[in-house]
Amino acid sequence: MGMYQDILKNGVWKQNTGVVQLLGLCPTLAVTTSAVNGLSLGLATAIVMAGANGSVSPVRRFVPAEIRVPVFILVIAALVTIIDLSIHAGSKPLYDALGIFIPLIVVNCIVLARVESFAAKNTSLPSMLDGFSMGLGLTLVLGLLGGVREVVGKGTLFSGIDLALGASAKQFMMTIPDYQGFLLAVLPPGAFLGLAMLIAGRNWFELRKLNRQAASSGENTAGLKPNL
Amino acid sequence: MASTLLKHALKTAATLIAFALIWTLLLALVHKSTEAPIAVSEAEARLSLFRQILPDTMHDNDLLKNILKVPPNPQLGNKEPIDINIAKINNKTVAIILEVIAPDGYSGNIELLIAIRADGTLSGVRVLAHKETPGLGDYIDVVRGNWIKHFDNESLIKTPPTLWKVKKDSGKFDYMAGATITPRAVVKAVFKALTYAKENQAMLFADASASH
Repeated sequence: MGMYQDILKNGVWKQNTGVVQLLGLCPTLAVTTSAVNGLSLGLATAIVMAGANGSVSPVRRFVPAEIRVPVFILVIAALVTIIDLSIHAGSKPLYDALGIFIPLIVVNCIVLARVESFAAKNTSLPSMLDGFSMGLGLTLVLGLLGGVREVVGKGTLFSGIDLALGASAKQFMMTIPDYQGFLLAVLPPGAFLGLAMLIAGRNWFELRKLNRQAASSGENTAGLKPNL
Repeated sequence: MASTLLKHALKTAATLIAFALIWTLLLALVHKSTEAPIAVSEAEARLSLFRQILPDTMHDNDLLKNILKVPPNPQLGNKEPIDINIAKINNKTVAIILEVIAPDGYSGNIELLIAIRADGTLSGVRVLAHKETPGLGDYIDVVRGNWIKHFDNESLIKTPPTLWKVKKDSGKFDYMAGATITPRAVVKAVFKALTYAKENQAMLFADASASH
């Protein structure tokens, strides 16, 4: 049980793809103009990652080392196409909103990185969990970044949620009355600034924790090293 | 030595082919099962766009089935042949819906959907796709503002050609400070589409009622 908890914690916090590994920044920065966009792309990536890890792990012994990368890419590309087609069939507006970024999950290096470094060496269940937790960690970052940019930039939260969950979900959308909007947050610089603040926030939290641990155990060296 | 190498290479190739086959099969299955829902949602999305600029009460035919293919034309800005959807009542053309491209937006093409009635008036205009600056030029999109509705019921007769410009260029149409290039491009494209409809009236409205 401890192993599964470690995998989950690793994916969501310790090795978070968005703010620690800084992998797959292209979608992170480009799609997060609203919370719904960020969450949708994050979840799509999580499903692809769980699926890719889960399908590579059982067959890892049959894949010779020389062709492992083509096979992995093949599996990932097929899974992404399946997700792409499913979203297109399920919600056309969501498909339009996410646009090019769903097919681009294929070239998102996190997916290949987890297949290569985890699924190719572990059994199916932990592999799937690893892919999903990494994806979940990314989803949290994308959702948070999208939410902050949306609130600061446009004064709304969860706008477009009806595109993803149907018209009845429109009630979850929140609006700050009489807010003029702060355009910078929605434009590309806002993505970099927002991500920087998220990374800084996480590092601050980790450093504070380390410093406290160091103080309580009497050590004085560990505290200064940021956990990157 | 050479034979073991060859054997290994063949085995590797066979593995890759096997993987490709299995996943291609899987993809084909998914494609097959999503094909119909995708076609339905594409058609539905298209029709709901049409509905915004031409109410269902304005026609009694299937807009997606009554189409007229037109070759590239500088007045429409299209590089590929496009389909013009024909709206009819009792088999008489009452309006046409056409997709035009304004090539001179602030950042690239602006795609517009324009409905023109048989009498040459605009039933409505909507922006299909644009890359204008969020918060500045994007008020041309109906979800960001009502600006695009100014075109409702406009025509070349109501507004003479010399006034088909934004107010800054001493024309008739409003614009918002900070973004003039965007509305300028839209006004120009709508004007060109109206001109196109007028010049090609015989072809486009061949089935229109005799009064025209």
